[in-house]
Amino acid sequence: MREAVLLFLVVVSGTGGEICVTRAMKHVGEVTDFRPMALVRVILQAMKVSWMWIGISMMALAFFSLLAVLSIENVSFVVPVTALNYAAGALGGEFFLEERVTPRRWAGVLLVCVGVTLVWIGKR
Amino acid sequence: MTSSDGLHLKTYCMLLIMVVFAPLGNVFLGKGMKGVGSVVSWSPSQLPHIVALVFTSGYIWLGVASLLTFFVAYMLILSWADFSYVQPASSITLLVVALLGYFYLGEKISPLHWTGIVVICLGVFVVGNTPPRTTEVR
Repeated sequence: MREAVLLFLVVVSGTGGEICVTRAMKHVGEVTDFRPMALVRVILQAMKVSWMWIGISMMALAFFSLLAVLSIENVSFVVPVTALNYAAGALGGEFFLEERVTPRRWAGVLLVCVGVTLVWIGKR
Repeated sequence: MTSSDGLHLKTYCMLLIMVVFAPLGNVFLGKGMKGVGSVVSWSPSQLPHIVALVFTSGYIWLGVASLLTFFVAYMLILSWADFSYVQPASSITLLVVALLGYFYLGEKISPLHWTGIVVICLGVFVVGNTPPRTTEVR
């Protein structure tokens, strides 16, 4: 039960955090200059966007939940199961970021979900 | 080179960095946390001791450094590519994690477990053949 709660936190908080970070980076704009100082400027600019801080906080919660679940389960089980965030991510991309998730992408996401189910059953 | 080719090239470069560093980070964290002990036996009074153990583990810091590298690449790629493209496309890291877990950490992985990972990667292949951006450039 404890592992299920921790995995839930990893998936939900991690995906929520990534969506917030994406929103912040879309606000910053496309990165075209990859020189170190330019990248530092991009990071500093991103840090001024509140979505970035919300995202980082949620990802921190996901990170510590991941550490906790890694103390009781194998990495080859935990990491594939967290792939459930691909389904959550596609939903979040479509509904919160106004991206057009094509039927082909949905098919891929469905396969990912089937794979995660097999990994979960395969562990038992 | 067209701008579309350039967009795909820099997208694939960033995906490569993500595919190398995300699995390495997770494997190092897994190795570090196995050294700390199971969360099931943690009690609130032990928390400061556990936090100290976590943050003095070399493997945890290696994992954090690898995941930070992954995160920077992830932030950069998200500035031009769709979230719903990047996230599934980077799931090839799951296969790399399983391979590292099997060969480096000696974890037991059942045939059904491997099948699941292959199906996940198939999903990634399907997703990877869609255009990286579906929204207008701002």
